[in-house]
Amino acid sequence: MSATKPRTLFDKIWDAHVVEALPDGTAVLYIDKHLTHEVTSPQAFEGLRLAGRKVRRPDATIAVVDHNIATDASRYGTIEDPESRTQVETLEANVKAFGIPYIPLTDKRQGIVHVIGPELGLSLPGMTIVCGDSHTSTHGAMGALAFGIGTSEVEHVLATQTLLQKPAKNMRVRVDGKLPAGCTAKDIVLAIIGKIGTAGGTGHVIEFAGEAIRALDMAGRMTVCNMSIEAGARAGMVAPDQTTFDYVKGRPFAPKGEAYDRAVAWWKTLPSDEGAVFDKEVTLDAATIVPQMTWGTSPEDVLPVTGSVPNPADIADEARRAQVQRMVDYMGLTPGQKLTDLKVDVVFVGSCTNSRIEDIRAAAAIAKGRKVASHVRALVVPGSGLVKEAAEAEGLDKILLEAGFEWREAGCSMCLGMNPDKLKPGQRSASTSNRNFEGRQGMGGRTHLVSPAMAAAAAIAGHFVDVRDYQPKEGV
Amino acid sequence: MRAFTTLTGIAAPMPLANVDTDKIIPGRFLKTIQRTGLGKHLFANMRYEDDGSEKPDFVLNQEPYRQAEILVAYENFGCGSSREHAPWALLDFGIRCVIAPDFADIFHNNSFKNGVLPVKLPREICEQLMEDARLGANSRITIDLERQVVVRPNGEEIPFTIDPFRRHLLLNGLDDIGQTMQHAPAIDGFEAKQRAAQPWLYDAKV
Repeated sequence: MSATKPRTLFDKIWDAHVVEALPDGTAVLYIDKHLTHEVTSPQAFEGLRLAGRKVRRPDATIAVVDHNIATDASRYGTIEDPESRTQVETLEANVKAFGIPYIPLTDKRQGIVHVIGPELGLSLPGMTIVCGDSHTSTHGAMGALAFGIGTSEVEHVLATQTLLQKPAKNMRVRVDGKLPAGCTAKDIVLAIIGKIGTAGGTGHVIEFAGEAIRALDMAGRMTVCNMSIEAGARAGMVAPDQTTFDYVKGRPFAPKGEAYDRAVAWWKTLPSDEGAVFDKEVTLDAATIVPQMTWGTSPEDVLPVTGSVPNPADIADEARRAQVQRMVDYMGLTPGQKLTDLKVDVVFVGSCTNSRIEDIRAAAAIAKGRKVASHVRALVVPGSGLVKEAAEAEGLDKILLEAGFEWREAGCSMCLGMNPDKLKPGQRSASTSNRNFEGRQGMGGRTHLVSPAMAAAAAIAGHFVDVRDYQPKEGV
Repeated sequence: MRAFTTLTGIAAPMPLANVDTDKIIPGRFLKTIQRTGLGKHLFANMRYEDDGSEKPDFVLNQEPYRQAEILVAYENFGCGSSREHAPWALLDFGIRCVIAPDFADIFHNNSFKNGVLPVKLPREICEQLMEDARLGANSRITIDLERQVVVRPNGEEIPFTIDPFRRHLLLNGLDDIGQTMQHAPAIDGFEAKQRAAQPWLYDAKV
């Protein structure tokens, strides 16, 4: 590549991390930060042990438990589920044996790996970041190249601090204009997935750009990048800017003083050059976005909350018709039914998509002075112990508890059916998480993905509502 | 890793798009600390009733598909999470090749690392292979990785493309960590330079 050719943000981070370019185009790509948790790492450590290999750079990895832990006080005793206990104990034994930094459950910095990375300043602009978890794309909000890997690749990173990778293609999704009141980053990303589909980004790294993305705070950018994987993309990213630099400043693992200035000077060179070529471009007008909710069992099956359940009979394509029929049946829906007529049983505010302080504030703003409907179980699960502490300092826990929400300990919780927080068969949820797959939140559970404000409003009303009709109560 | 050269076997038809990793192996089965033993949980929610009995309509509960070594499906196979438990479960059941119009990136990657071959073929061809698969035991499909062809039961050969590096690793059953370790001097050099320029990336202590 000539030095003068305009490059994208992705190209620049990629180029800065190529250790060696192999003749067939594969790169030995250096990985700056590796995050790991209890679920996708045990077999990787076992592989190292069997091959007699050690961890090349223990200081470049950090471990935390998040997926299968309970989010109530019971977790501080003995973990009840024997398999979960084994996984947590295995991680603890592995980090000890291999000398890897570890944040234990009892540490207030513990939390969902994709929340604590940015929060602690472990995830920085310009970095390559990986984790055995598809939602690693979240860290792309920092202006980093961050992507999920499988367990074999976890082992590869532990052993070599690199990955063998072919460069992804460049895609830009531009969201122009201003986001209307009542809409959030979650609505932006759901609208994007609705437009391009769950394979729309396959083989690509998406750079999110445009006025509406620039206007988002870091938490909002993380929400958008988090769900890049639901658009099929390898990673999502947002070019670092003053919002990013201000966010990073002073975080525990971020560079300080003169090092910070040097870092910022480099980070400022990262945004895509004028004239850089994208293999694929999509644009969206933010002003047209309406609060979104998924109705089916794939994140692309999303509609404005003002919409109605699709009727399979109206669909010409046979395969799609069968698919829609299957989703309507699984989700227990009636074709033509208004989405706002759907009753909810469970509301979940949390997950690596929406469990940051900004998300908790959005839920609390709706909850303030109101009550959760009597038939609804509503959980608010902060993404980390530090988020929990910050929310409590603002009194958000009291607002939520008074309204009838449960206020839980940090973890992945009801996002993925791996810990005690699960839907029961047939239960319908309004969830701020990222996947509405069949059985994702528990066998037979029915998931509708929404923003934190939409979820909180559904908890109060007992059914889905258009949050624009449900604004915070003043002066209560 | 077991090498993959040629495979002739029964193909199970799964005419679904967006077969996600939660379908392939639901989250509750990710609590294992081993790579093996997941075959019994493969497609658990589609395969078993709540009481654990088999759902007779599900393809892998039918003969001859209990012996399937190939799976034919539609678009975006393996979308969703990065769980390598998905190819582990397929492999443990006995499926060593998935044929579909396209695959989600991480699943695609993970499959190669475990000797499960993902073969991308256009939708129309997948539809033909789906019909072949529906014919059952007398309709075996062959995947010849050496020659890069899928051979239909009627003898018709369908060429497919595959990344040459990955093909090489699969044909020889090679572990790519060993390959990468040959680049250790270059990795040392990279780290020395990066450490000088960005010392804050090194020696993080919790």
